[in-house]
Amino acid sequence: MEALDGNSAIAEAIKQIEPDVVVSYPQSPSILILEAIALFIANGEMDSEFLNVESDYSAMSTCIGVASSGGRVFTATASQGLALMHEALFIASSLRLPIVIGVTNRTLAAPINFNADHSDSMAQRDSGWIQIFSENSQEAYDNIIQAFKIAENKDVRTPVMVGIDSVVTSNLCENIHIQKNEEILEFENKSNPTYSVLDIENPKTVGSLCASDYFFEHKMNQNNGIENSRKVIKNVGKEFGDRFNRYYGYFETYELEDAEYAVILMSSSAGTAKKAVDEMRKRGEKVGLLKLRVFRPFPYKELRESLSNLKSIAVLDRVLTPGTYGGPLFIETMAALYNLDKRPLVYPYIYGLGGRDITLKHIENIFDDMKMAFDNGKGIPEIKYINLRE
Amino acid sequence: MLKKWQDLEIGGINSDSGNSIKKGLNNLEICKKPEFNPELCRNCFLCWVFCPDNAIIIENSMVTGINYDFCKGCGICITECPVTEAQKPLYIKEDKSAL
Repeated sequence: MEALDGNSAIAEAIKQIEPDVVVSYPQSPSILILEAIALFIANGEMDSEFLNVESDYSAMSTCIGVASSGGRVFTATASQGLALMHEALFIASSLRLPIVIGVTNRTLAAPINFNADHSDSMAQRDSGWIQIFSENSQEAYDNIIQAFKIAENKDVRTPVMVGIDSVVTSNLCENIHIQKNEEILEFENKSNPTYSVLDIENPKTVGSLCASDYFFEHKMNQNNGIENSRKVIKNVGKEFGDRFNRYYGYFETYELEDAEYAVILMSSSAGTAKKAVDEMRKRGEKVGLLKLRVFRPFPYKELRESLSNLKSIAVLDRVLTPGTYGGPLFIETMAALYNLDKRPLVYPYIYGLGGRDITLKHIENIFDDMKMAFDNGKGIPEIKYINLRE
Repeated sequence: MLKKWQDLEIGGINSDSGNSIKKGLNNLEICKKPEFNPELCRNCFLCWVFCPDNAIIIENSMVTGINYDFCKGCGICITECPVTEAQKPLYIKEDKSAL
């Protein structure tokens, strides 16, 4: 056991994995990950190349360079930094480069704000990256270790971004289990790169021009990688559990088996929601929670199995997508359930923008509202905003 | 016959085309730079006129050599040189040091 904040937990995982190159450009609050890694390297505790670059865009471009040369690479970013990487993210995923980045999910300006919400990662949801969200420091550590194994699998070869909530997870300390170095190295077992541009015996054309006769086929080939990752994410989560006794899947269910009403959300607020579920269960309410861990690939088949028997569910999005009916998580959950014969009513909620608190009372109110709406005849749910002055 | 998506290499990588070493797209091939023999040269300056990179060095109205800082190995100077094949002052010597 060691008391670490989310940033240090990620840095600790990177120290044990020891990638060939760590690329660094400061963004609050993810800079603390890179600062900790720089310290490890300066102290001789790890042996990686540490590159300071001049922008977030350069950081992602450098990652692409390292990964296409067959190297293992890591960088960390947040918010505006991830937004600046946008174009290069698509190139990384379509070149099938196993890059892993840590993202401290911070809101996008304006106005400028350093607290948690998922605007930055959600804006990149179509970039072709695998997106994993962590509830706490322990999950951040575990997810980073699994991320390399998922990304480097020969059937997947797709980059992974591991999200932790800014400030709430990234800067607050909690006790976490750190595995031994040799256990991590045995688990990782780096696979050979499928190609390397530095292999002069087998020259390759990377990122060449492609006309309409082949472009669609190449995109489908890319999609195949992330589709293959579904199985790999499940297997890696199970193998991780078998070794270290902490099991991971696409999502975590909490008191969901016999529940009638449930809440779906991601990342740090799951802790609050679990507590709220506990409180309501004590009063005999049949409520549950589903915490989504893997947002891309979206586990729609598994969600159908877990959610179809509920009366109604509330989907809590920590991002405001202006001009839509609910946030991305709501829209995807609705799409997953709509074609079922028997499906629950789904309520869209927006919460926690720019680090706005969500408390036990708010979550209990959501359950009460859902129950009341169900008892008084269904009606069409409208978007509700939690803890907003209006 | 166009390939299906299942038959493509991952990441849109192309291992068998676009490589001038294998394809021989250039009559010189890449990384082969011309050498110059001043004894055979008639100083017509056609190589100097046609060189796209201004890599032919002329001093005192005489061709004196090639500036390898600019030469890309395109071979246009050898093609344009009017001297018969056997006596050309410009010829190829293999250089793989750039690889």
